[in-house]
Amino acid sequence: MNATVLRLSLRGLLGRRRALLLLLLPGVLLLLAVVIRLLAGSDEGVTRTLLGAFALGTLVPLLGLITGTGVLGPEIDDGSVVYLLAKPISRPVIVRSKLMVAIIAVTVFAALPTLLAGLIMSGLAGGLAVGYAVGALVAGVAYCALFLLLSVLTRNAVIVGLLYALIWETVLGGYVPGAQKLSVQQWALAVTRWIAGSEVRSAVGLPVGVVLLVVLFAGSTWYAGRRLSTLTLTSDE
Amino acid sequence: MTTLALEAVSRWFGNVVAVNGITMTIGPGVTGLLGPNGAGKSTLIHLMGGFLPPSAGTVALDGQPVWRNTSIYRVLGLVPEREAMYDFLTGYELVVANAELHGLPDPGAAADRALATVEMTGPAGRAVSTYSKGMKQRVKMATALVHDPAVLLLDEPFNGMDPRQREHLMGLLDEMGRDGRTVLFSSHILEEVEQIAGRIEVVVAGRHAASGDFHEIRRLMTNRPHLYVLRSSDDRALAAALMAEGACNGVRLEGDTLHAQAADFPRFARLVPSLARAGNIRLFEVAPADESLESVFSYLVGS
Repeated sequence: MNATVLRLSLRGLLGRRRALLLLLLPGVLLLLAVVIRLLAGSDEGVTRTLLGAFALGTLVPLLGLITGTGVLGPEIDDGSVVYLLAKPISRPVIVRSKLMVAIIAVTVFAALPTLLAGLIMSGLAGGLAVGYAVGALVAGVAYCALFLLLSVLTRNAVIVGLLYALIWETVLGGYVPGAQKLSVQQWALAVTRWIAGSEVRSAVGLPVGVVLLVVLFAGSTWYAGRRLSTLTLTSDE
Repeated sequence: MTTLALEAVSRWFGNVVAVNGITMTIGPGVTGLLGPNGAGKSTLIHLMGGFLPPSAGTVALDGQPVWRNTSIYRVLGLVPEREAMYDFLTGYELVVANAELHGLPDPGAAADRALATVEMTGPAGRAVSTYSKGMKQRVKMATALVHDPAVLLLDEPFNGMDPRQREHLMGLLDEMGRDGRTVLFSSHILEEVEQIAGRIEVVVAGRHAASGDFHEIRRLMTNRPHLYVLRSSDDRALAAALMAEGACNGVRLEGDTLHAQAADFPRFARLVPSLARAGNIRLFEVAPADESLESVFSYLVGS
């Protein structure tokens, strides 16, 4: 990893108005958690529903999308990436540094708020807070790698990523059993289930979930580095 | 001594051929890459800078292929045409970051030196987003110069500069050329190239149209047959007189204008007024019809 690339990307991601967007969803999650705790008291079923549907189902994929496509994609679009690429730094190193920034962002803005929301609603009961937070972290890391790769592959990464997150994971995943098996969310839920108990539903078992997460993460990162090595800059001519 | 060598390089995008079988060698000194808009200059610079693989042929820097070879950036600096930068940084931060990315031992000192070279020390504390177009251009220059490269590629560097900035950049490039660096810049304006480039490479429609000493090519350009459009009180009589005196090797009447092709430009310029006076013809307009760079280029390609 390259410290300068890390620093530049962190400033680029957090130093702009987009950073407020990153605070919006976790803010809503924490607010909901507080309201639920005050109105309904501590209820593990409600905690599972909120953390499953909102934290893992919405917050994590959206933040993964914003940060994964946001750390490198805009630079490729506007051409400023040339200042990174015209340097004696290997392109996979650039990808890994960018990915690190995205992972830091999902950890802070998705996994950590999930942990806090779980603690607010149920404390440490049933391992729910920790289970969902770990699930959010592994899902977030996988999403970042996937969406970062998308942003190297296509200029429409945000749209393609949204389609995947909304249509594949949410709609199809809800109706088509096979689609559920190929879903980052379900793989992460397998990890959550391992920590927080069998009340949590997951379409795949733990070994399958973990292997698929690792394969997706490593494969996406490797391929993104490869594609960035042969990135062509087109002129306006 | 560093040399960029293009060997039978072609590049196409789908059905469109942007660069067509170009062989050229860019050595130390300032070289101007001249051509009309859309001729393939930017494509060539991207090929030379390692940002585009040739569809055919090879591009090499001192024998090393430039495509997929990030080590070339130790000796190569690139000033892109596009303006996007990390404009949330200050000019100083941007140049320091570039020095760090190059792995220089003292990034701060290198940045100070580069900023001083382009005369941007004063505004370096301001955010890049507040800079004028000319200042952005100079900061881009500083990022490309920060590691003291032996080869500098500049894509349309004079675009958007005011005359004073232009003068300064020309002086800078000239100095770098004298230092023995290989400097290549693209331009579609003849006068820019004329002032500083010792050598020029002319590309037209993706083809290598001319190459060599600037003055040689300039002579070819001025000696070409010039086309003129004239309007007078008696076009027919004027046309006859011009042909009879041998000032033209062709005339054509079209509506109320006379198109004349001057064979010998100085002679034509002398003869038109004197023939008009002798024939008692009033001249309303005498204008060159083909002074555009495109027509100069197409003449060069044709010859």
